[in-house]
Amino acid sequence: MTYDLIVIGGGPAGLAAAVSASENGLKNILIVERDRELGGILNQCIHNGFGLHRFKEELSGPEYARRFIEMLKNTAVSVLTDAMVLDIAPDRTVRVVSAQHGYQTLAAKSVVLAMGCRERTRGAIGIPGDRPSGVFTAGTAQRYLNLEGYMCGRRVVILGSGDIGLIMARRMTLEGAKVLACVEVMPYSGGLTRNIVQCLHDFDIPLYLSHTVTDITATNGRVSSVTVAQVDERRAPIPGTEMHFDCDTLLLSVGLIPENELTRAAGIAIDPRTNGPVVFENMETSMPGVFACGNVVHVHDLVDYVSAESERAGKAAARFVLNGDAQGEPIELHNGNAVSYTVPQKLRRENVEKVADVFFRVRRIFGASVINVTSGGQALASYKRERMAPGEMEHLLLPAALLQKASGEITISCEEADCK
Amino acid sequence: MKELICIVCPRGCHLKVDEANDYAVTGNSCPRGAEYGRNECTHPTRVLTTTVKIDGAAYRRCPVRTERAIDKSLLFKAMDALNGVTLHAPVHVGDVALENVCGTGVNVIVTREL
Repeated sequence: MTYDLIVIGGGPAGLAAAVSASENGLKNILIVERDRELGGILNQCIHNGFGLHRFKEELSGPEYARRFIEMLKNTAVSVLTDAMVLDIAPDRTVRVVSAQHGYQTLAAKSVVLAMGCRERTRGAIGIPGDRPSGVFTAGTAQRYLNLEGYMCGRRVVILGSGDIGLIMARRMTLEGAKVLACVEVMPYSGGLTRNIVQCLHDFDIPLYLSHTVTDITATNGRVSSVTVAQVDERRAPIPGTEMHFDCDTLLLSVGLIPENELTRAAGIAIDPRTNGPVVFENMETSMPGVFACGNVVHVHDLVDYVSAESERAGKAAARFVLNGDAQGEPIELHNGNAVSYTVPQKLRRENVEKVADVFFRVRRIFGASVINVTSGGQALASYKRERMAPGEMEHLLLPAALLQKASGEITISCEEADCK
Repeated sequence: MKELICIVCPRGCHLKVDEANDYAVTGNSCPRGAEYGRNECTHPTRVLTTTVKIDGAAYRRCPVRTERAIDKSLLFKAMDALNGVTLHAPVHVGDVALENVCGTGVNVIVTREL
């Protein structure tokens, strides 16, 4: 049998893509998931705040996942859990290994990559010092605490102010730990402002911006203190600014890396800025019939956006199987001033129905500002923002009619608004 | 005039609350922001999300949350109350894990199938 679609990964992206592909006419759909259950990281994200866009209500992570798992029940989508995909061939043959079925070679008319991302570790950022137990990535600690029921520390320092780190600061505090500090190397937080307020301010946890951990010391194989120092503009520690925190645990929330081993091995083009596959307007990768969505493409702030993006990918996979290849000459989206990346990276105008969704991030904090969309030196559109920050993803809807005016590449750039 | 950042949604509006003028809120993008700004200056509340012990399930902890926001000052008392709760599988989304937590009139409900 040839599947209409194989979805790799059963987290929020894979779930939404499978549901959408089914709604758009595909019959034989398989989700391959390496964990024992669907839902991905949402299962350990027990805090609320999910679904405000998608469902117009505030849900916890497991509740949000449940909504999509329920939708699957009305479809013919099949699920293979405890299974690992080994590789994807250009003819969209997927090789899978699982305890249940052993080694399998599965043929598919289309594939959706929805493998998500993983956390950067101590090794990736090279923190000096002893190498004791008690250093965890924030997500690992979250899994221990929320699913397995292990309290992994009593006196905690958190490095990095990404959302998972902030959420864990609150979570550890509620469970009786003392969170001594949240330390961020950049001059601004990497997380959502609401999380700074409700996770740090609510519990009087200090946030040290432009600081980093410069040493870890151990006693009897366990973290006993960390040294925190201020950094200069080049993020180098400033001697003489060291502070010592007596603690037993260091949590790291220092970034997420899209998990693209399968993508790379398949020879699919990767964007070095996102560390995810280069995608077109319909989330198709450089390999025809292979689509990608969610955090494997670029790291999102909100699962609601992951779902929306993944629904587009699922719909596009259905269209590929039912109607054939997408047509059109691609035009590149160029990163202008202060823009660190865009998704998609390429647009085929003929393939844009009404609007093209474009996500991007800015490199620095902006107050009142303007996003300019230009092509060939000509202004196509501009959008006002009250403020922008690298931790908060920007979203543009470019109308198809606007794209028709473009010649060559399209540039997206940001600048401060005139103070008139 | 008190300045706040709204936590109702990820947008994070910068609110200004005028205590002298019946807690009039400006800077909000939706009515929920106005309500949040007023509440935050008079009686701040939060939804509590945590876990309780569960027997006979695939995991040892079951995620729960308060059905509505409760008084912010009661968060740690509510955590203490929930430490005494043990659920038994199977449980379903919406099952009550603890009724009327800390006399708030708010139930704590299960947020996953387990």
